[in-house]
Amino acid sequence: MLQGCQSIRTPFRDNEHRSLRAGEIVLLSGFVYCARDAAHLRFQEAIQKEEKLPLNLSDETIFYAAPTPTRADGSIGAIGPTTSSRMDTFTPALLKQTGLKGMIGKGFRSEVVRDAIFSNRAIYLGAIGGVAALIRKYVLSVRTVAYADLSAEAVLCVELVDFPLVVVIDSLGNQIGA
Amino acid sequence: MARELSARVISATVKELFLKATVLLPQDMEEAIRAHQGQGGLEGYVMASILKNSEIAREENIPLCQDTGAAIVFVQLGQDVHIVDGFIGEAIQQGVREAYGEGFLRKSICNPLSRKNTSDNTPTFIHYDVVAGDSLTITAMPKGGGAENASLIEMLTPAEGIEGIKKLVINHLRKVGRNACPPLTVGIGIGATLESVGVLAKKALLLPLKAINPDPTLAHLEAELLVAINNLGFGAGGYGGWVSAFGVHILTMPCHIACLPVAINIQCHAARHLEVQL
Repeated sequence: MLQGCQSIRTPFRDNEHRSLRAGEIVLLSGFVYCARDAAHLRFQEAIQKEEKLPLNLSDETIFYAAPTPTRADGSIGAIGPTTSSRMDTFTPALLKQTGLKGMIGKGFRSEVVRDAIFSNRAIYLGAIGGVAALIRKYVLSVRTVAYADLSAEAVLCVELVDFPLVVVIDSLGNQIGA
Repeated sequence: MARELSARVISATVKELFLKATVLLPQDMEEAIRAHQGQGGLEGYVMASILKNSEIAREENIPLCQDTGAAIVFVQLGQDVHIVDGFIGEAIQQGVREAYGEGFLRKSICNPLSRKNTSDNTPTFIHYDVVAGDSLTITAMPKGGGAENASLIEMLTPAEGIEGIKKLVINHLRKVGRNACPPLTVGIGIGATLESVGVLAKKALLLPLKAINPDPTLAHLEAELLVAINNLGFGAGGYGGWVSAFGVHILTMPCHIACLPVAINIQCHAARHLEVQL
């Protein structure tokens, strides 16, 4: 299944993601930021107040995920995607204001988000939910980079290697199965 | 004659149940996935990934899913059991606290409005039934937020009847099923009252995957709904396919003449739950 798949590296500085098409499998490597509900609420508040975000999201990718804690021996926790549609309300502004280019999660997005992905030439990639012991094998490192007080929902920087993902919505707004 | 049972034993049991339930894929679910792994394409890849995940989780003692859930506990307390060395409710909370802390499980419980995390995954949501006998049965169910968000309680009218129930289930699954980590198990409660119908739907998720309803009308409805859900075509993983659900289980209770409460509780493919009798 994964043989002959395209590989891609974050950040998407040279718009490498634009050649990917909905329905394709891609192996993603590089750093991504884990952020979910509570962190997105703070991003939104910062954008509305025209304050600087604690991280530069230009050309970067957000992974909607919150892993189990790193163990005492330093081994990385189980990690996997949460339902992306809960972030739909925040996504258009985030794409427009920060230059965010990639999103990784599970499930489908609203029409509004699909339009925003097209107009900002971004991409939405789908992981398999509920296989977090397996996805952990594609993770090289995890560290907290912002909003540590949000505990389970803090923003993390995660390094991935050859993480298999489905292109659910490509940069032209095409959607898998549609 | 009352049989004495120590709250400390209850605490240790609850801790062990959550540590195991978050790591071990239930055997009936594993068998169902294995039976469908021949599917080609993306769906076949999803099935293979679920099996691989189960193997890694078991061998390396890593949770199956990063969402180690809200801790739900069902208690069947024999009326001839006398609990000593403490209070059963606190013993269960302590067991959960220790499992999530020492087991490095994710703490996913927060204040509903301020969203401040409680930091130890308590409170546990405990459902007590007092039963005959002198044994205590405890079922641990770490329940993920995604599948729980895809669940629903609706107060139908008696006129809507069985056709209304079918329409509700199918329309709802069409909307949310693909986001809830399929292949799903669907627990349906019919009847009772607002608060009880939700518990019925949740208890339906504890039935063995292959259990056939003893009521022929309900067995028929379960089979019909399962086919209809699979025909929705979201499939394993949710990105398209034909194995959207493995089972539909219905539990019913009589209800008020004015009412037809229906609850749909969705369970993801990890289907985590574990029971022990003390």
